[in-house]
Amino acid sequence: MLKILKSGFFTTIQDTGRFGFRNKGVPISGVMDSISVERINALLENEPSAAVLEITMTGPTLLFEENTYICLAGALISPTLNNEPVENYKVYKVSSGDILSYGRLEKGFRSYLAVKGGLKTEKVLGSYSQYVPLTSKKCVLENEEIQYEACNLFEPKISEVKMDTYLDFDFLEVQRGPEFNILTDNHLEALFSKAFTISKKNNRMAYQLDEKIEGHSYSMLTSATLPGTVQLTPAGKLIVLMKDGQTTGGYPRILQLSETSICVLAQKKFGDFINFKLT
Amino acid sequence: MNKYPITIKPFGENAVLIEWPNKVEEVILDDILRFQALLQLEIENDWEFIPAYNSLTLINLKTKIDFSTIEKQLLKMHKDSDSTSKRQNYLWKLPVCYDLEFGIDLEELSKELKMSIEEIIKMHSSHEYIVYGIGFLPGFMYLGGLPKSLETLRKSEPRLKVEKGAVGLAGKQTGIYPQESPGGWNIIGNCPIPVFNVKSEEPCFVSVGDKIKFEAIPRAEYELHKIEGEVGIYTPEKIVLNA
Repeated sequence: MLKILKSGFFTTIQDTGRFGFRNKGVPISGVMDSISVERINALLENEPSAAVLEITMTGPTLLFEENTYICLAGALISPTLNNEPVENYKVYKVSSGDILSYGRLEKGFRSYLAVKGGLKTEKVLGSYSQYVPLTSKKCVLENEEIQYEACNLFEPKISEVKMDTYLDFDFLEVQRGPEFNILTDNHLEALFSKAFTISKKNNRMAYQLDEKIEGHSYSMLTSATLPGTVQLTPAGKLIVLMKDGQTTGGYPRILQLSETSICVLAQKKFGDFINFKLT
Repeated sequence: MNKYPITIKPFGENAVLIEWPNKVEEVILDDILRFQALLQLEIENDWEFIPAYNSLTLINLKTKIDFSTIEKQLLKMHKDSDSTSKRQNYLWKLPVCYDLEFGIDLEELSKELKMSIEEIIKMHSSHEYIVYGIGFLPGFMYLGGLPKSLETLRKSEPRLKVEKGAVGLAGKQTGIYPQESPGGWNIIGNCPIPVFNVKSEEPCFVSVGDKIKFEAIPRAEYELHKIEGEVGIYTPEKIVLNA
């Protein structure tokens, strides 16, 4: 078991997502920064869909009750294993009784912890990803114990890599969204010539941006939305839908982020800046 | 079978959006769903389909797609499709208790719409509504076909908490809140049967293209259905459409 001694600000269990139910209104959920998680599950030679902890802003304190191997990625939150610093993208052996804790947030916003074999929790509609009301809990709680299989011996083919990190990136590569054509010259100038600030309203469902652009009076019928869809409200507010975002919406979908850009944005917090770059 | 011109737009790295004329019409939805049924038979298994009102979104779960290739393929398939493609949809009869205990806005609506409460209930429960889309929340149905006389404004102040199962009216829409949530619709009753139940083998029995008819039930029956719904032994009555 992995015992949660402290839960941190918002720590959830996520995998690659819950697919096949979007036509019933179920968001896909899953890790916000899929690139980080793909890498650490690969280093641990886990299934790509193995469940990990998604750690937001401040880290938890975790007690390992079985031997295993772990690997971290994403935001840098000064992690230590039994008070020794831990690096991203490096496989560590942990023993029963070891404690992983986190300190100051240095860079990024979401950090990931993968455990050899993946976390084994409540699986709902084919996924471990926590999303209320499908799962009973929205995040992990203090004193909770999360199951994983003990692993005493694992010889990783690659035990450590220096990976390119995008924690410093501030450009989001976007494609034209289905309603891109409603944009005026004023809109385009505003969208692609200056930076936008991440609003306080940012979570796993959506990131709002502080700066408004010109509004519009375009009315459309409700239609599908995707993670990474940028909606423009009639009042000129920009909303970027993320992994827990609704599956349909009635606001024009003016831009669409690539999966890489979703990962870049997932590492941004309130007050950070981003720029849109049309590809 | 009606056939409409369609347009196909790229939607990110692994999805395309197919659009029909910008209208809320059952015949358009029918064309969309027949085309979806055809695609599900003819293209590989790794796509998700999201139909809604006048659009069908196809999302590839495995790979990025080449837009111009898929566009050509889809246009040809739509052109060649004939009326033999079938879809399977149902009319669901869903029980609703319109007692004032649940229908907390009925008295106010009665004044606003200049109809008696009984007339509102009769009007609401005598129509069949088409499911044009499911989204916003798991199991939330966008229902079309509300009689003009029941069209109302949203509440000026949304409630912070609307009960799960609440049946509401707003604008040209009626629907059921599938879970407790904030909301600005006028609440006229409560449906004891969860439209979305994660414990069921099929978590959401309703599909886009189905029809819904609400059936007024007394309080006593509501309690019974509520228990049946919770333990998962209630199956709403259904009638096969387009048989």
